[in-house]
Amino acid sequence: MASKTINIKVKVWRQKDSNTKGNFETYELSDISTDSSFLEMMDVMNENLVEEGKDPVAFDHDCREGICGMCSLFINGHAHGPDTLITTCQLHMRKFTDGQTITIEPWRVGSFPVIKDLMVDRTAYEQIMQSGGFVSINTGGVPDANAIPIPKEDSDEAMDAASCIGCGACVATCKNSSAMLFVAAKVSQLALLPQGKIEGAKRAKNMIAKMDELGFGNCSNTGACEMECPKGISLAHIARLNREFLVANVKG
Amino acid sequence: MSVSGLFLIVFLAVHLVANIFLLVSPDAFNISAHFMGTNPIIQIMQPLLGAGFLLHIIYSFIIQLQNWKSRPVKYNKVDQKESSTWASRNMIWLGLVVFGFLTIHVINFFWVVKFGHMEHVIIDGVKMEDSYTLVVSLFTDGVLGYVYSSIYIISFIALGLHLHHALWSAFQTIGFSNDAWRKRLTVVGDIYAIVIAAGFTIIPLYFLLF
Amino acid sequence: MTKLNSKIPEGLIKDKWANYKAHQNLVNPANKRKLDVIIVGTGLAGGAAAASLAELGFKVKNFCYQDSPRRAHSIAAQGGINAAKNYPNDGDTVYRLFYDTIKGGDYRAREANVYRLAEVSNDIIDQATAQGVPFAREYGGLLDNRSFGGALVSRTFYARGQTGQQLLLGAYSALSRQIGLGNVEMYNRTELMDIVIVDGRARGIVTRNLITGKIESHFAHAVVLGTGGYVNTYFLSTNAMGSNGSASWKAYKKGAFFANPSFVQIHPTAIPQHGDFQSKLTLMSESLRNDGRIWVPAKIEDAKAIREGKLHPNDITDENRDFYLERRYPAFGNLVPRDVAARAAKERTDAGFGIESNPTGEGVYLDFKYAIERLGKDVIEARYGNLFQMYEKITDENPYENPMKIFPALHYAMGGTWVDYELQTTIPGLFSIGEANFSDHGANRLGASALMQGLADGYFVLPYTIQNYLAYEINNPRLDPKEHKEFQDAENDVKSHIDKLMNIKGNTTVDTIHKKLGKVMWNKVGMARSEKGLKEAITEIQQIKKDFWSDVKIPGEVNTLNVELEKANRVADFIEIGELMARDALDRNESCGGHFRLEHITEDGEALRRDDKYMYVSAWEYKGENTEPELHKEELKYEAIEVKTRNYKTA
Repeated sequence: MASKTINIKVKVWRQKDSNTKGNFETYELSDISTDSSFLEMMDVMNENLVEEGKDPVAFDHDCREGICGMCSLFINGHAHGPDTLITTCQLHMRKFTDGQTITIEPWRVGSFPVIKDLMVDRTAYEQIMQSGGFVSINTGGVPDANAIPIPKEDSDEAMDAASCIGCGACVATCKNSSAMLFVAAKVSQLALLPQGKIEGAKRAKNMIAKMDELGFGNCSNTGACEMECPKGISLAHIARLNREFLVANVKG
Repeated sequence: MSVSGLFLIVFLAVHLVANIFLLVSPDAFNISAHFMGTNPIIQIMQPLLGAGFLLHIIYSFIIQLQNWKSRPVKYNKVDQKESSTWASRNMIWLGLVVFGFLTIHVINFFWVVKFGHMEHVIIDGVKMEDSYTLVVSLFTDGVLGYVYSSIYIISFIALGLHLHHALWSAFQTIGFSNDAWRKRLTVVGDIYAIVIAAGFTIIPLYFLLF
Repeated sequence: MTKLNSKIPEGLIKDKWANYKAHQNLVNPANKRKLDVIIVGTGLAGGAAAASLAELGFKVKNFCYQDSPRRAHSIAAQGGINAAKNYPNDGDTVYRLFYDTIKGGDYRAREANVYRLAEVSNDIIDQATAQGVPFAREYGGLLDNRSFGGALVSRTFYARGQTGQQLLLGAYSALSRQIGLGNVEMYNRTELMDIVIVDGRARGIVTRNLITGKIESHFAHAVVLGTGGYVNTYFLSTNAMGSNGSASWKAYKKGAFFANPSFVQIHPTAIPQHGDFQSKLTLMSESLRNDGRIWVPAKIEDAKAIREGKLHPNDITDENRDFYLERRYPAFGNLVPRDVAARAAKERTDAGFGIESNPTGEGVYLDFKYAIERLGKDVIEARYGNLFQMYEKITDENPYENPMKIFPALHYAMGGTWVDYELQTTIPGLFSIGEANFSDHGANRLGASALMQGLADGYFVLPYTIQNYLAYEINNPRLDPKEHKEFQDAENDVKSHIDKLMNIKGNTTVDTIHKKLGKVMWNKVGMARSEKGLKEAITEIQQIKKDFWSDVKIPGEVNTLNVELEKANRVADFIEIGELMARDALDRNESCGGHFRLEHITEDGEALRRDDKYMYVSAWEYKGENTEPELHKEELKYEAIEVKTRNYKTA
């Protein structure tokens, strides 16, 4: 892999805090290695800003290996930027060309208000999880792990759903700001396992009610969420959520 | 949306079958129209159909408003060319086009048939409305006929696009889908959309060209 | 010298935990409601403890610096979690897991704690399964196991390459349930700034709200730190950007002893560094060593040609490849413990056989060609698909066709706050769990044991042992921080500390200073240490500290979100931690586990322990800003295990 450097312009959303109006600022960066990650490019930008005595651009990030779900940038019209199956921190500068202008925006979702610059508040997700994203058991007193055999296929599909990192890219991408893929990932994971099935109906109902209450939009099945999901979580999980929800309502 | 949508999907098929008799012969169409107008099951279904339309339309406006509200600040740059189909993102607009046509359609046909003045014909000893003439005259009424036919064709292309997303989407919403069924239902949906759009579009073209 | 009381229960090793539980104090349900517990950190240890204590009925306040408890860095653990289930019928027992862990830790861990860890390991697997953690399964529907370094049995449970994520989400779901029920008060984006001591006992903490900058105090009857390790001292590591040692360091400065600070783990398989702008290193799971073979060219001219881009590794024939782990350690081969594998990689690259085209040539190959030939690409993809994908996204090279390039990287801190058998620090009422404490891994941690220890502490150890302390607290009413001088003093100290930082208004950015510290640490307190290098390191770190406090540049304001200030707060502590690490490494004039002193190596280059002099835990006591810390020694006694020289050459 030949490493080279590029010069770019970065058009970034700046917003002091949740009560202030924001605007775009453009910064020029030179000699960015194409081997560096997108966030390393942001680090360079911020180092420049700090050296000029200016406030660096705030953005969420932590593990920088695509698993914590903290990073959340909308880059050139895509959640997590122009590559598939990655988070922002896994995006590399080799995806961009010399002289390009890169537009970086925060997740634009009513239920995820901007805290500062590119940082948004995703506690709405926490509330959804607290409304039912669990199996109601306490520590201790559980049966042996091999007491209940689970078909490998079910377990694997549950794992597909469970790989959700809660980053919010699905909501950010969805034209309706719907949180269905996020909710579906949790509901589907637990619905596929005998441990979670027991309270499956209640879970689906409660989590959907909470999601609606928090002002997320409705799912119109465009499928954009699945395509932008860094973990490739399938729409099939939304279908399962819909099934669970339907059954829950029929049962009353 | 899904349940009313699926109901309307079934209705469209029935309606297309009835309309295709236009291409067979005037009598065939008039018989079918008469059947539609008198058959008790159809009569029962008629108000249900109206309700289905109303439900589908009203509900679509409500959720669309919710959806708009859920993103108060829009993106400066959005690129969804690859992540979703154009039709799926524009269901409300495609629906509105169809709704506009539906309004014209109700005034032109349903209203006339039910409450307006109709010529009558007698086929096999049964007196019935001459629906055939009513339809054909709309398509072939000089310049107005061209305008009407164009609206008609555009509307059915919009409906086709609407259906392109609708069928699988409706099944997905009622939970009848997974990775395998999604592929099948999408194919069925596309075939259905083409059949409906093409089927209805053929009719004005037939009368304009032949 | 203070006598360290490790409070190890009486009896045979296999009876100690049972005896402890049988005789400890408990708190009755009605009193639990009256008792507050603060838990800092929401990883496997903190999250599990917060959920478990809340389920028992205690009122819990839980803190994390991220926007959600689910983001704690436990989530990044890839490979798996050990347990002595013996499901594969390959001869595993609790004793064997205990034995392997002690041996893997090079006989520098406390026997009783490790045995307890092995004992509760099985409960963790049951607990996680009941929570809906989708562990990998066989076609028969039962759980699958894989092998990990340092063991002759397959005892590692896994969920693809995302075991840490799944276990953390399990704990997080239990925690979310308790938050929803109102039993846990959750504080996101809130960082611990200090620990409040009232009458010699930990009574609360001072925090900074990272969004508003607000300094606040919180009271509790006991404080628990589950704040992880401190290897970001090296700047580059596999830890998250925000991972820090500040909570443990504040505890140290308030009187909690800091144990074995020099014991850090260098993980053998991370993606090599590629430039100065690099912000972190990405781990490639140890599980890859199950099927990958590690090699460098056997001929030095081949290595040179590869670095210069004139030769492709696939063009080197098998006889010209040096599978150095298989050559040196025939019994364990590619599955030797991490410290051994890391050092062997360094040995080869130092000798000029490194293959990466970075300035130091630091890189070796991890090759899946042989496994793909043997098992087929599909099997390898099913086992490691997500890791391979991650590798390709970062390096732009396809690991199915080219050997992976890897090199050791800082990964984990075995050292940490000193705790007794009850996981209590030397400050009464202050507990430390998970990676934040020192207790179970000695001088080297085995793969798949961090998840085990974090969850063991959080689910099955602390919820018992903390009650032995809280039972004496039932008559102590809650304190209002606003009315107590100790809280007000602590708040004022924090504010003046922040003001001091903000008023430096120097010219050097926080990251620049942090990178400088990292270089000193990596070169002189890294994989190979010497008396000379360590002494130089201490001097250099002291200079870095001076530079920091006279020249650091922090833009922005105090009472708002200020990322540079957050970083500065942490780096101020990293500098001091780095110095203590060097000091501890200097004191320990032997090689053991991850601590490798060049003065003490065997003829074939292995670590040479000096059990007669150094079979102790070093516990450092803070003595003030400009005074050297005092070393306390907890002698390690091995009664259930015969102390041997580690040998991975023969079984």
